[in-house]
Amino acid sequence: MQRLVALPFSKSVEIAYKSIRVRFFRSLITTTSLVLAVAFLCYVQVTTDIANGLLHGTVPGSIDALVGAGYDVAPGSVSIGETAKQQWLVVLSLLVCVVGIVNAQLMAVTERFREIGTMKCLGALDRFILRLFMLEAIMQGFVGSLVGALVGLLAALLSQTLMIGPIIFSSLPIGTLLLTAVKGIGTGCLLSLIGVTYPAITAARMEPVEAMRAE
Amino acid sequence: MEQHAIVRTTDVKKSFKLGKHTLEVLKGISLTITTGRYISIMGPSGSGKSTLFNMIGGLDKPTSGKVFIDEVDIAQLDAYELAWLRCRKIGYIFQTFNLIPVMTALENVTLPMTFGGTGSDEAVERGMELLRLVGLDDRYTHKPSELSGGQQQRVAVARALANSPSIVLADEPTGNLDLNTGEEIITLLKKMSVDRGVTIISATHDFKMLNVSDEVIWIRDGLIDKIEQRDELNISVGNIG
Repeated sequence: MQRLVALPFSKSVEIAYKSIRVRFFRSLITTTSLVLAVAFLCYVQVTTDIANGLLHGTVPGSIDALVGAGYDVAPGSVSIGETAKQQWLVVLSLLVCVVGIVNAQLMAVTERFREIGTMKCLGALDRFILRLFMLEAIMQGFVGSLVGALVGLLAALLSQTLMIGPIIFSSLPIGTLLLTAVKGIGTGCLLSLIGVTYPAITAARMEPVEAMRAE
Repeated sequence: MEQHAIVRTTDVKKSFKLGKHTLEVLKGISLTITTGRYISIMGPSGSGKSTLFNMIGGLDKPTSGKVFIDEVDIAQLDAYELAWLRCRKIGYIFQTFNLIPVMTALENVTLPMTFGGTGSDEAVERGMELLRLVGLDDRYTHKPSELSGGQQQRVAVARALANSPSIVLADEPTGNLDLNTGEEIITLLKKMSVDRGVTIISATHDFKMLNVSDEVIWIRDGLIDKIEQRDELNISVGNIG
């Protein structure tokens, strides 16, 4: 059908990117909670990865170093897991993070009622609005989790060096660490998307006249 | 010459629910607006002027009665067709300008063209042309916050004309402007109406509008009080003077 309004994907990306850049500090606040949550997630996992690397490594004295650092290594054990308490904390922190994002995004949407209404008056479809907010969330999510993952990784390396000793660098499982970081970034993007879904749907469904009335 | 009815309403009623009470804002409005004219909808605040205006613009649906734009009943349109109508047939101008704050003047003007499927080179070219028309081509990189009220409204006029619509709806276009700037905008709108044959419908209580209007529709308490043509209007203004 020729009577169709369109918004090319590249244009959506451009608009979303500009929106973030203009509202840099607001975006920063939304992203900070994500940075912290992902950093914590990566920290906990990388710590365990490093310990496991030592356990599986062939460097003499590794096991002693682990035990010295307070790990319970039973003879013949094949892996060191995260404690239940650690897992519980990670889940909680991610949950708090999502709630924070929903809150921040709801406020962001309220601030932009008029803008959304204007766009709809100019012919934007609901899904254009939805797409713009989703894209913004993914961009924020990606940058935030990238920073978070790096912070988590460095913090874990530092703390393990202090706790166990420089011996960890002799059997550092680089591949596993990278995989953990990638997983962390993925989780961050996902959380950011989950957090924006409800606010974005609210925004997209609004009738233009309601949006205009909002002062 | 037979005149084409671009907007037609038949017995349009609209009521709002305020808690337990139902407030009837429009009590049955039937009017016909022909192409290329400059129409002012006048009335005190609370008269239902803005509500009628939103109905004509397809921004709100009547409780009963029908609104036809270009002989199409807008109640029959789905979301896609409605969006297309808003994009291609109607240009909106608001009291508060409502430019997108994160975009430059040029981007604001080209946004409806993008929605309308115009390629970006052509959109930029036509956008610059429209900005030249409103006298702001040297400020195309400015954000709305870097423009004065009158300049913002001129960008809004350019944006409203982006897809060469048949109708331009202006809701209190001079409401937030000082006397001189308001007059400039009115002159600009009149010029657009004459040069491009666009039907201009504006809701206002700015009496400066009367001078340029071809037809004035007076609304009072949700009903049409009277409709005056330009020649009648001159006489009545003369009488007041």
